[in-house]
Amino acid sequence: MKFHSFLIKYGEIGIKGKNRYLFEDALVRQIRFALENVEGTFEVYKTRGRVYVDCVGDYDFEETTESLQRVFGIVGICPVVRLEDHGFEQLAKDVVAYVDEMYPNKNQTFKVEARRSRKNYPMNSMEINSELGGAILDAFPQIRVDVHHPDIMLHVEIREDIYLYSQIIPGPGGMPVGTNGKAMLLLSGGIDSPVAGYMIAKRGVGLEATYFHAPPYTSERAKEKVVDLARLVSRYSGPIKLHIVNFTDIQLYIYDQCPHEELTIIMRRYMMKIAEYFAEKDQCLGLITGESIGQVASQTMQSLAVTNAVCTLPVYRPLIGFDKRDIVKLSEEIETYETSIQPYEDCCTIFVAKHPVTKPDLERIQKSEEKLKEKIDELFEEAIATVETIIVK
Amino acid sequence: MEVYLDNSATTRCYDEVGELVHRVMCQDYGNPSSMHRKGVEAEHYIKSSKESLAKILKVNAKEIVFTSGGTESDNLALIGAARANRRRGKHLITTAIEHPAVLNTMQYLEEEGFQVTYLPVDSDGRVKLDALRAALCPETILVSIMYVNNEVGSVQPIQKAVEIVKNYNRNIIFHSDAVQGFGKYYIYPKRMGIDLLTFSGHKIHGPKGIGALYIWERVKIRPILFGGEQQKNIRSGTENVPGIAGLGLASEMIYRDLDIKVAHMRELKAYFVEGISELENCKVHGLTGEDSAPHIISVGIAGVRSEVLLHALEEQGIYVSSGSACSSNHPAVSSVLKGIGASREYLNATLRFSMSEFTTKEEIDYTLEALYHVVPMLRHYRRH
Repeated sequence: MKFHSFLIKYGEIGIKGKNRYLFEDALVRQIRFALENVEGTFEVYKTRGRVYVDCVGDYDFEETTESLQRVFGIVGICPVVRLEDHGFEQLAKDVVAYVDEMYPNKNQTFKVEARRSRKNYPMNSMEINSELGGAILDAFPQIRVDVHHPDIMLHVEIREDIYLYSQIIPGPGGMPVGTNGKAMLLLSGGIDSPVAGYMIAKRGVGLEATYFHAPPYTSERAKEKVVDLARLVSRYSGPIKLHIVNFTDIQLYIYDQCPHEELTIIMRRYMMKIAEYFAEKDQCLGLITGESIGQVASQTMQSLAVTNAVCTLPVYRPLIGFDKRDIVKLSEEIETYETSIQPYEDCCTIFVAKHPVTKPDLERIQKSEEKLKEKIDELFEEAIATVETIIVK
Repeated sequence: MEVYLDNSATTRCYDEVGELVHRVMCQDYGNPSSMHRKGVEAEHYIKSSKESLAKILKVNAKEIVFTSGGTESDNLALIGAARANRRRGKHLITTAIEHPAVLNTMQYLEEEGFQVTYLPVDSDGRVKLDALRAALCPETILVSIMYVNNEVGSVQPIQKAVEIVKNYNRNIIFHSDAVQGFGKYYIYPKRMGIDLLTFSGHKIHGPKGIGALYIWERVKIRPILFGGEQQKNIRSGTENVPGIAGLGLASEMIYRDLDIKVAHMRELKAYFVEGISELENCKVHGLTGEDSAPHIISVGIAGVRSEVLLHALEEQGIYVSSGSACSSNHPAVSSVLKGIGASREYLNATLRFSMSEFTTKEEIDYTLEALYHVVPMLRHYRRH
């Protein structure tokens, strides 16, 4: 079956009252972005509370639906057969042919649901329903009508052309990215942070990301891997501005000055500070991390509190109550898992102590940080000044 | 300054070779199997490359088969010879420190029903000949011993090994992977009694994706690739003419003034080894004199993870390998270092420096200075 258009169904954004047009515009924008690299030419537009993707000429159906399935805000994608209006008789023939091809098994129930947006069409919706229903019943003796719970809901929309559809491919749900501001993701090379970014983006939030690398302790390949992960997440979130911060000197300075078992927690605090610096500079409204309670020493309730205390922006932790295996499952679904498990060391694990503190006390940590007074501001400035920024898409 | 000391992983192509490859790709691009003039032209490149190689190895041109590289040559030699001779016996012998192209092929042959003996090496990384003697049995059909080990640069006592094998039973096929030896040593397989010899293009300033296998004309081997029956049906597939031409020229060029080049590398090696001795808690693995490969220096540096040191040197523009280049895909402990009985502190802390004829004393000085500077610093920051 050759489909000529897609009707895009959206859920939550339909109820946003006066702001509705903003959400629809964002959806159209995100769909255009998602289809940019798909084989084919597409016209994306909204009309009368619906968003359509018209395909001009040949296109790759699989690629198109896969790309649309990554656009947040879409709850369903309906492949549409577009028919020119050559009178009702022809329409009935075409509808019968459509049912025949789409549903080889005729032992099903159906219902015709017509909608007439071109009001000068000679028949009204009720008449179209019953006439087309009759034509289908005549053509296929096995098929039955069920107006309450049909197996096949056959939509016929009379517009300039006639749009015919009955299938709904599920979309990802959520809200179109760009309708809820922007946030800064702390992106490591691990499994969790890409998933965290995905989840927040799903609520309509645009992403930036900060990655900390620590040459020579982490390699060029570790950095490549993070860029790859950002690219995978950007398939859902749209382009990601990625800030790559050289963290080595700060890390070594903490190593030199502070108790070793506090290294990780103090390091995490400085990571948050740096990420927040870039977040504020680019008007991000919050930070995002992949933390989940108790997963590692730096993610105990106490550690999270101590890390949190350095930030003034809200920190969003969408995975906070997730078990590792749930996170893994999600990362497999969004296809970041394979990349995440490549074995390159990230900077959090280089100097990790055998027994890091698991119940850090904020005052004590702050006291330890006093020992960094002499050089830390200078190192902080330098880390910010030497940042490498790339747009990943 | 950029210092490339990873020549055992791959080398820079000679400019002349690059130009030749380009010309064959873009101008003389015919298929040697075509009947017209363009095909004949292409065939000439193959013929002339074969003749160059035959002259260097002192073998017949018809005994050279071109492959996609060292890995395929090893596969063809081992699988091809084992399958062709399986009726005479099912026992194969190799060493514990072979390149994965040999070791993993041997493991595959075990699945096919062959028994394989893996010979141990001494602390200098040389195969134990007593163990070879003990391993030989009436069932033995094939022995494979590398020429030069790629990780620690130990030169294997090939001539003695061949004699032991052939004295036991002259029908046993002797294969040697000479990927690291070709272009550094004069190797005359026919005179030495080596029946199958593997070598590769990109380790001798030639192109990647091209290698060859010398097959003594009396040795029977079965193909492992099937198709258009090119190269007398030993290796089907349209010949990689640009690569073949490049391999021929690179071989000619590397053997030109070889003695001078090798002497140069030996001098630098001795100089480097001496320089290393000024660093505390370091050990050069294997032998370092005339009895070792001129271009490979494997250094254990206790207290520094090799990956970190590698990247620290990279920051200074110095490119080296940790353990062995091929193993960056699997960051596991090197079985070669284990095989030579290197002590624990060096297993994760060994770098391989490998030179070429282009390496200069200035580059070695620069590298030593970098090590003197970086190693103490890295030792200061360690994982607790």
